Amino acid sequence: MTKLSSPPAVSGLAKGLTSLCLGVGVLLALFIVARTTSSAMAFHGYIMIIAFTLGIVAIINLGFGKGGHITAEASPAGVYYNDAVIKAGVIASAFWGIAAFLAGIFIAWQLAFPVLDFDLPWTNFGRLRPLHTSAAIFAFGGNVLIATSFYVVQRTCKARLAGEIAPWFVFWGYQLFIVLAATGYLLGITQSKEYAEPEWYVDIWLTIVWVVYLLVFLGTLMRRKEPHIYVANWFYLAFIITIAMLHLINNLAVPVSFAEPKSYSLFPGVQDALVQWWYGHNAVGFFLTAGFLGIMYYFIPKRAERPVYSYRLSIVHFWSLIFIYIWAGPHHLLYTALPEWTQTLGMTFSIILWMPSWGGMINGLMTLSGAWDKLRTDPVLKMMMVSVAFYGMSTFEGPMMAIKAVNGLSHYTNWTIGHVHSGTLGWVSYVSFGALYCLVPWLWKRKELYSIKLVNIHFWISTVGIVLYITSMWVAGIMQGLMWRAYDSLGFLKYSFVETVEAMHPYYIIRATGGVLFLLGALIMVYNLWKTARGAGAAVPITQAVPAE
Amino acid sequence: MSTEPEFDKHSKTYTTGHEWDGIKELNTPLPRWWLWTYIACIVWAVGYWILMPAWPLVSSYSKGVLGYSQRDAVAAELKDTRNSRNVFAQKLLSSNLETIEATPKLMEFALASGRAAFGDNCAGCHGSGASGSKGYPNLNDDDWLWGGTLEDIHHTITVGVRSSDDDTRESDMPAFLTDEILTKDQISDVATYVMSLSDPAIKAPAGSAEIFQDNCAACHGEDAHGNRDVGAPNLTDAIWLYGGDHKTITTTISYSRRGVMPTWAGRLDKATIRSLAIYVHALGGGE
Repeated sequence: MTKLSSPPAVSGLAKGLTSLCLGVGVLLALFIVARTTSSAMAFHGYIMIIAFTLGIVAIINLGFGKGGHITAEASPAGVYYNDAVIKAGVIASAFWGIAAFLAGIFIAWQLAFPVLDFDLPWTNFGRLRPLHTSAAIFAFGGNVLIATSFYVVQRTCKARLAGEIAPWFVFWGYQLFIVLAATGYLLGITQSKEYAEPEWYVDIWLTIVWVVYLLVFLGTLMRRKEPHIYVANWFYLAFIITIAMLHLINNLAVPVSFAEPKSYSLFPGVQDALVQWWYGHNAVGFFLTAGFLGIMYYFIPKRAERPVYSYRLSIVHFWSLIFIYIWAGPHHLLYTALPEWTQTLGMTFSIILWMPSWGGMINGLMTLSGAWDKLRTDPVLKMMMVSVAFYGMSTFEGPMMAIKAVNGLSHYTNWTIGHVHSGTLGWVSYVSFGALYCLVPWLWKRKELYSIKLVNIHFWISTVGIVLYITSMWVAGIMQGLMWRAYDSLGFLKYSFVETVEAMHPYYIIRATGGVLFLLGALIMVYNLWKTARGAGAAVPITQAVPAE
Repeated sequence: MSTEPEFDKHSKTYTTGHEWDGIKELNTPLPRWWLWTYIACIVWAVGYWILMPAWPLVSSYSKGVLGYSQRDAVAAELKDTRNSRNVFAQKLLSSNLETIEATPKLMEFALASGRAAFGDNCAGCHGSGASGSKGYPNLNDDDWLWGGTLEDIHHTITVGVRSSDDDTRESDMPAFLTDEILTKDQISDVATYVMSLSDPAIKAPAGSAEIFQDNCAACHGEDAHGNRDVGAPNLTDAIWLYGGDHKTITTTISYSRRGVMPTWAGRLDKATIRSLAIYVHALGGGE
């Protein structure tokens, strides 16, 4: 009953127009190189010239000599899915994941042993920390989101990705953004906004890439052969649209010159702080939560081969989450110069957010009802289930920490770091690892993974790592908070700041050790995925496409 | 594919009839406990909004029926702390420093206050045990650049050394090489001479004593015992601020050092500065 779609092709007009745009990009980059007084920005100009030129060459080559036709294999359902760009996304995810974990481990040891900053500007904690956070959230997380969203939207719409150049532009454009952001941090270019450190010209580039991403996603949804839009796609779409809005508003700034990296925010003082944390919290809410819930809603029922627990719950918790998350940002600024009513709203909406967040957890966990036995045999599913459990734990801890009385103790301490990592290591990374373990055999058309045993080893090593990380940061954070507020009987502070720093030392070592274990697990995964793609061991190549029905 | 709802045997629930890439959805109603907890959170929030400052209005905001204000609460807490300390703080200000040391209750208070202030303001340079480091004097020993009596220490903390304070303690050792007062060889010789003052095993080169008397004795004294009025250190006690080896002393003479300590007069209140003076005086080296 499915109409066989025609094999994909690319039009000469699209190739010409995109090349022209990239050509304009080369000219702008040349202008920067010629006019800037900043060697770092000149370096970025050269990177852009090389990237745009390679882009033009690649676009001209696309379908060249084949009358614009793109090589693609039809699925059994008769759809020519665009899997090549997803394969690239899977490789990029694995690469950036390792890079992000390495950067994190390095700065974790640096906190335990400050001598590791080597007294060099490029290895200073202040520059490497944003390198780690951006690599983890945007390079690793972002690539996983783009790759899985491209996979899920095609499969659940039974349609090929919209555009032939556009998906590749999104992929490579996003990698360029990552390289510009990361090298910028190391060279000292930053606008000092957490999770939004890149300066104005990198922000503009990301905006272009992100709008194309939105268009590809919407275009694919519009081509769908299914009457309804699957819940995973609601989450992906909410993620893409909201991130666009947050990115645009938080980065409104006036550059000092079109050839200099420095800019000034459009918002003054406490308003800037509020806009920043409205952005910062919703980067967590829509990037690290909504986007990854999209992954969960496809890969868990698919892997468990069970129906999603509750359609109604998915609707109610989706709209609640979208509506309420956006209010919660001020809980990052409790007990500051932020007006008190704003703090109240931030705190109360954070509490209201608890159940909408848990709706996703319930739907994830209960989908396994009827297939619990699979947890014993399938460590990939186990990993995704544990990720949902970590999601539930973090989304309980978050609202709790947003309560003013708790925040008074936890704010500015390592407890916050522990909280973030129970979300990012436990939830985001685990659900991503699960998705990667699913995707590689599907995309490279292998019967199964190279080694299920290695998945199990990965699971246990990194779980121990996460537990060491979170528990040490809980202890360290609560201790830090209590030491800061300890008074002696005469009303004087009991500990100096330096003493509270010294007290962190053993916990910093435990945390860094946890990080090393987590990286070790991820390296085992990369090895396993590599062998799977190569068709080794149990990963027998299947000549026939994976049955979709 | 849109199909008819089907019955799921395990959950005894019908599906919605939708299907995407093999994924179906059960038509399970919202879990009751979930819904009621959700509603309870909303009710709690509404209650909180009524009690506390919460919603923006045209030119102000809803103040809440409890009339609570974060700023007032902080001000009240600070006032409480200040009041509880005030009895002693007033006495610290009105008694002279020696009397404080002689009154156990007052002394206990001054030491507690001084210890807390030292940890967050002085330890950064002088070390948390006040044992100092290169360029930052050890405050436990009895070698004082500007004097080790209570009054001296109090004055040094108040005005600082080479600070922005008008009355700052200021000493100005010339940079003998850069200012072209002495040659490299002369500096090397006089450095050896300085070393010989505290180490009998070292023999001073011929003529170096004369160089010292002509160039250094004006401040450090003919016997090199230093002069606290101008902050010139004693060079005979084998206690070194920057180091006592030949190379370091040569560098000190050639370029001078001019270490800086900030003035604390504007940063810490008078009672805290007095406590700090007493705390430092009691560390072991006080005179």
